[in-house]
Amino acid sequence: MSERRVAVRKTYKLYIGGAFPRSESARSYAVNAVDGSLLANAALASRKDVRDAVVAARKAQPKWAAATAYNRGQMLYRVAEMLEDRREQFAEAIVAGEGTTRDAAEAIVGDAVDRWVWYAGWCDKVAQVAGASNPVAGPYFNFSVPEPTGVVGIIAPQLSSLLGLVSVLAPALTTGNTVVVIASEDRPLPAVTLGEVLATSDLPSGVVNVLTGRTHELAPVLASHRDVDALDLAGAPAELEVELEEAAAGNVKRVLRSAGPSDWAAEPTPQRMLAFVETKTVWHPIGI
Amino acid sequence: MSAGAGERLVQVSAVAGSSRTAAGTEVPSSTTVAELAGSEAALRRFLFGLPGVDQVGVEARTASLATRSIKAASKLWAIDTAISMVDLTTLEGADTPGKVRALCGKARRPDPLDAEVPPVAAVCVYPDLVAVAKHELAGSGVAVASVATAFPSGRASLAVKLADVGDAVASGADEIDMVIDRGAFLAGDYGRVLEEVRSVKRACGAAHLKVILETGELATYDNVRRASWIAMLGGADFVKTSTGKVAPAATVPVALVMLEAVRDFAEVGGARVGVKVAGGIRTTKDAIRYLVVVNETVGDAWLDPTMFRFGASSLLNDLLMQRAKQRTGAYAGSDDFSLE
Repeated sequence: MSERRVAVRKTYKLYIGGAFPRSESARSYAVNAVDGSLLANAALASRKDVRDAVVAARKAQPKWAAATAYNRGQMLYRVAEMLEDRREQFAEAIVAGEGTTRDAAEAIVGDAVDRWVWYAGWCDKVAQVAGASNPVAGPYFNFSVPEPTGVVGIIAPQLSSLLGLVSVLAPALTTGNTVVVIASEDRPLPAVTLGEVLATSDLPSGVVNVLTGRTHELAPVLASHRDVDALDLAGAPAELEVELEEAAAGNVKRVLRSAGPSDWAAEPTPQRMLAFVETKTVWHPIGI
Repeated sequence: MSAGAGERLVQVSAVAGSSRTAAGTEVPSSTTVAELAGSEAALRRFLFGLPGVDQVGVEARTASLATRSIKAASKLWAIDTAISMVDLTTLEGADTPGKVRALCGKARRPDPLDAEVPPVAAVCVYPDLVAVAKHELAGSGVAVASVATAFPSGRASLAVKLADVGDAVASGADEIDMVIDRGAFLAGDYGRVLEEVRSVKRACGAAHLKVILETGELATYDNVRRASWIAMLGGADFVKTSTGKVAPAATVPVALVMLEAVRDFAEVGGARVGVKVAGGIRTTKDAIRYLVVVNETVGDAWLDPTMFRFGASSLLNDLLMQRAKQRTGAYAGSDDFSLE
């Protein structure tokens, strides 16, 4: 190999319906490292990309929800395997994008993989925790089971570009939702790479759709889209939150408010999984 | 034999002499209807005298028209126009009177929350459900169309086909969608196809006749052009692409070929025949592409429910969703509109 190779630069594109399209608008924007140097150009998604992503997520939803919990867990575990394979790449991206030390970045990637495994394990356990057989005064076996809300729009955390993203993405998937996620505006590259991880794992296309671009441009479109069933405002800018909640009320979306700057390194709780489930209660006659 | 078509072609000869239409269709001055109808040879000579369709040209033309940018105000107009052109169709073995009634409700008022949405053009059902639809649509202005003539294959004797048509007409159908005998057409038995169209036209009485060519089975654009001419010579009020039961169903290039045939027929003095595209049209984007092709090929006189139709079921919901998007700015959800 010659000593001086021409650099092969990566094109950071969107991840919609299992494919990697450029933005419909053909726009892109510069993504800088913390020190201000140019890292790469990322696709600047438009409202039509949001539309396409929601169509893909809606199409994938019934099949993803119908997969057995065990099978869904296996598929998500497979994602963790692929993530593990790319630890180096993610660590480098975090050092450049978040300005952490190499050691800290590696710890973050390790946490992200472990968190994905943790949520994968929850797939066939969440129903036992969130579901119940209910005592009723009548000849019925009455039970409640959690069902996925549907298509969840997520505004990913702005600062924690990988661990934060995994922490909001995985719980929504665990319970059978499909997702359209708007990546961190200034640190979108790990999200795009995560899209590549998802594409090479067993996750059906359309289950996760990743958009990069201006949060102020994309979030209102996602919030007002009537085919989106829930909205996670984890990374929504504070000044946008009220507007987004109002838009989300149009079709009574479930909204998970941002809890402010979160410590994504903290141990997760099942709370995020339970935010995007609907409880179905069945009255089954007995003793007749 | 149809007197209407006859007079038309006589006129063709008288008015135009040896006329050459925009597409280069040569109509020989000696052509008379008696000849076309009376002799298989004359009909064959005429059909094979039609110039061949330039496949690459047709496809390039439709591809270039598909890139037209339609701005917001025009899009809103196009969506409303397309809604008023829909033949809301249900042609399943599992159709029930209840389903047809629900469909008729949707046809009268596609969006229950918005009275400004125009009603669709017609509801299209099998003959045995015409009476149900007719009753539901009484006084609404929405027509009842019925497929007939052993739809979708057309594999039955002429007597059976005519009985099928008579049945639908007697039940009150305003429009009859017949299928041509593709077997006869492909075997080169054009006279038989023509005669069948004429017989069905007579059986229709006052009802409008749409002739389904089933272009997916005709294999070539040349055949589509010939079949269109046969249908128009036979007295069709509409030529229709497909049954929706065969893939490929309607495509834009096929529609372009049929529209050109319709334009040529009108240009040489024939009646103004409508076109219906059916099958596989599911999105507003597709529908608007067809409207662009109609406007660019035959002109805006055809941008009317009396001259152009979409045979579809799921298209209507997409049109309603896009209409909501145009009006409210928010993308609509599929749960907001009834399935039928």
